[in-house]
Amino acid sequence: MLKINNLNANIDNKSILKDFSLNINPGEVHAIMGPNGSGKSTLSNILSGKKGYEISGEVLFENKNLFELETQERAHKGIFLAFQYPLEIPGVNTNIFLKTSLNAIRKANGEKELDAIEFLKLVKEKSKELKFDEEKLNRQLNVGFSGGEKKKNEILQMSMLSPKLSILDETDSGLDIDALKVVSEGVNSLRNKNNSFLIITHYQRLLDYIKPDFVHVLMNGKIIKSGGPELALELEKKGYENFN
Amino acid sequence: MDTREKNIEQLKDYKYGFSTEIENIRAPKGLNEDVIKFISNIKKEPKWMLDFRLNAFERFKKLKEPDWQKPKYPKINYQDLYYYSAPKSVSDKPKNLDELDPKLLETYKKLGIPLQEQARLNGIAVDAVFDSVSVATTFKDELTKHGIIFCSMSEAIQKYPDLVKKYLGTVIPTTDHFFATLNSAVFTDGSFVYIPEGIKCPMELSTYFRINASETGQFERTLIIADKGSYVSYLEGCTAPMRDENQLHAANVELIALDDAEIKYSTVQNWYPGDENGKGGIYNFVTKRGLCKGKNSKISWTQVETGSAITWKYPSCILKGDNSIGEFYSIAITNNHQKADTGTKMIHLGKNTKSKIISKGISAGFSDMTYRGLVDINSKAKNSSNYTQCDSLLMGNKCGAHTVPYIKNKNYDSNIAHEATTSKISEEQLHYCQQRGLNPEEAVGLIVNGFCKEVLQQLPMEFAVEAQKLVGISLEGSVG
Repeated sequence: MLKINNLNANIDNKSILKDFSLNINPGEVHAIMGPNGSGKSTLSNILSGKKGYEISGEVLFENKNLFELETQERAHKGIFLAFQYPLEIPGVNTNIFLKTSLNAIRKANGEKELDAIEFLKLVKEKSKELKFDEEKLNRQLNVGFSGGEKKKNEILQMSMLSPKLSILDETDSGLDIDALKVVSEGVNSLRNKNNSFLIITHYQRLLDYIKPDFVHVLMNGKIIKSGGPELALELEKKGYENFN
Repeated sequence: MDTREKNIEQLKDYKYGFSTEIENIRAPKGLNEDVIKFISNIKKEPKWMLDFRLNAFERFKKLKEPDWQKPKYPKINYQDLYYYSAPKSVSDKPKNLDELDPKLLETYKKLGIPLQEQARLNGIAVDAVFDSVSVATTFKDELTKHGIIFCSMSEAIQKYPDLVKKYLGTVIPTTDHFFATLNSAVFTDGSFVYIPEGIKCPMELSTYFRINASETGQFERTLIIADKGSYVSYLEGCTAPMRDENQLHAANVELIALDDAEIKYSTVQNWYPGDENGKGGIYNFVTKRGLCKGKNSKISWTQVETGSAITWKYPSCILKGDNSIGEFYSIAITNNHQKADTGTKMIHLGKNTKSKIISKGISAGFSDMTYRGLVDINSKAKNSSNYTQCDSLLMGNKCGAHTVPYIKNKNYDSNIAHEATTSKISEEQLHYCQQRGLNPEEAVGLIVNGFCKEVLQQLPMEFAVEAQKLVGISLEGSVG
């Protein structure tokens, strides 16, 4: 589904990702763990289409060159990024944002747009599953939401859009145990043989709830080791500094 | 990609920019007593009206054009303008819409303004002003049943001289200032509304202003009187053809609310803004003032200002009656080389008077936006209050936003609160929206509409949707 070959990324002449390669097949869950500044967020930024990086190398999504697609076109094709810091958009009702987003993607894929009633039915159902306070849907997008609520809102959006590839950028940071469980359940309920996940995290904790198929350790812009879930436990024990 | 870009190109075009080939009757070029007599004569005005004009003109000759505003413009040669231009067919006074020149009907159809019978289903009464004259007023019979008068100013001068004489110039005196005085001398047409005591007007009243002829100034005059305990909601819309020259629009609008009456006045101003390089466009120098004359009266201005090369106006409220309320809700958008200096004046004279100002300014491209507002609480206006909120949104780094509040409080029982913010649409917000599948234009539209929401909510339902679209279209092409 996603093939990254020798990706290099610079910002302001500083090299962030160095010959980074990764292959994600349909249905797989990959976790990338790494210390601060290892290039984790740069990776999610580049995959989502954020501008401002000098890039070389190749990224294929379903055999299409990702770099030829605009940010929104990547979203239309089924790439979703749960942001580390979800943005506030004052004055824009959360429900309206969700509906606009869902219908933009449906329209781009030649599907029928949902009317207000169909949408409300779906959003109600999904909010219930994720224990997301429905009252918040009538508030301005992320304005006055707590850190945990913002992250849950990201997962709600993910579950509404049911993307093929979901990238979770440190979705677990700042979450309490209950919220962590809810977020994990959201991810697990979307798991099937077609959908893939790239989970970026500092901590092993999240992986207790979402069992990854692969764990990669990212340091200084490079994957230094890949393995199964046991690698995360080893990392937790040794710490990043003594790893390697 | 190609079709998307094409769509944007189409949207960028000012879709009201066409002009109508129609035979006109014009006053001779220039400004002098003879031209004023010509206007008064062609309208068969009574002597008192001509005297009103000539008085104003005497005064005008002594006035100096103001130049304290932020947007500067090249000197206007007032002798090089036509002060009266009207479609020839209208001078023969069509009795009803069926007799109206089909070209005029076609023009309004293209503008999306319902003049014809079937369009009456929309339930909005329209007065259509084409250049210097009112060409049609719809729904007259229905309104007459309630005793409501809604007609052109010219007609009101003929049919309701007592009302016009009693109120015209009482809120904006002929001595007021340069442009208002000019208007008093040469105004050609506009709308007149009278709502009798205790009547809630059953439908939206609306005037649609259209400048068509070239080298012509538009000087319309609107007078709305809400008698005791009455209510009216009024909306005006404006468009003009695309022309290389700058055209002057200097209107006067006077509102009078008596005891317990309420007037809600909404404007969606979309005059031609000039091209991308700032060539052409309308100078929109308008004087709008409402007088809360009676106790417990209320006047509310809502404006969506997206057009014009220069917008220079301060719709104001004089809160004379005790417990009266004044409100001003504004969205002003400037793009490319447009300039705006706009805001309001709230003059508190009566006791327990309240005013509220919500202003949202959005500047993009090379444009420049100034909010200028006066809150003046008189020594006798005990226990009064004002709340002002001015928010500016910048797009890109070549535009400007300025906030200039003037605050005067002359008693100890009153209070004034002023809040102001300036923000930018961030790359991060755009990226977030795009990641959710919105294209950059949709993303900007969504963010800007969110920013303007408090004001959009004030518009009558039918127009809120239009205004929302307009807000998006005005900013097309402003995304990096």
